[in-house]
Amino acid sequence: MHLILFIVFAGFCLAGAINLLLQSHPINSALSLIVVMVSLAVLYLLLGAEFLAAAQVIVYAGAIMVLFTFVVMLLNASREERTLGSRVARAVGFPAVVVILGVIATVILKAQGLGVATLGEGLTNVKNGTNIEELSRVLFTELLLPFEVTSVLILIAILGAVALASRGSGERTGTK
Amino acid sequence: MNSLFSQEVPLSWYLLLSAVLFSLGVIGFLIKRNLITVFMSIELMLNAVNLSFVTFAHEWHAVKGQIFVFFVMMVAAAEAAVGLAIIIAVFRARATLAVDRIDLMKL
Repeated sequence: MHLILFIVFAGFCLAGAINLLLQSHPINSALSLIVVMVSLAVLYLLLGAEFLAAAQVIVYAGAIMVLFTFVVMLLNASREERTLGSRVARAVGFPAVVVILGVIATVILKAQGLGVATLGEGLTNVKNGTNIEELSRVLFTELLLPFEVTSVLILIAILGAVALASRGSGERTGTK
Repeated sequence: MNSLFSQEVPLSWYLLLSAVLFSLGVIGFLIKRNLITVFMSIELMLNAVNLSFVTFAHEWHAVKGQIFVFFVMMVAAAEAAVGLAIIIAVFRARATLAVDRIDLMKL
């Protein structure tokens, strides 16, 4: 069961990622990226990360990709054109990427002691504990300070986005 | 058929999938000529790294790996908000999304 689910959703992942590269219209790329993210959520479930699967669907597929599609439609992004820059990048980039992938793959395949993924095996060696209990205990006790710092980060991001987006329109209306 | 159902997946397959997804993200970053799709390729790379974090968290029963993925998601959300605001500002100034035409800082 695990093997079948892995093969199906890893296939969805790869197909979505390749489709992202092949499509020339940004909205099609955005939709295939959503496919990649939802299949990754299923793979997280297989690896025993239930909370992250939910967060992946809500945060990535829900919030971030909605933002992307919103911007694509707002800016009325049209088909991209192939230029000289993409040909140079293709000539230099593809061999480099193949080399990087080859190095990573040999390291992974030669690594000793990697186990197998088993369904239902959680993070906890604790009795009567679920993954989410353990995760929230560590998050809100040991890692409380980084957690609070990220809230400040999000606040700064909101302020930055508002400042960036509103300044341009203010100047434009000012010149009129 | 029964053996196919009960078979387990080696963790190296997950890591290989993560490496392939990351490489596809790098390729997209290099060959795409639209600012928004270049940005999407960066998101794809972040997702690939998240998958390897979750895989190693499963291997070593380490809960902090999953929490790190949670933080990466938060940073990605902040990055997407600011990045898309910058893209909108660039589009207002230059009226284009093609990365070849946004070359003001090029040598």
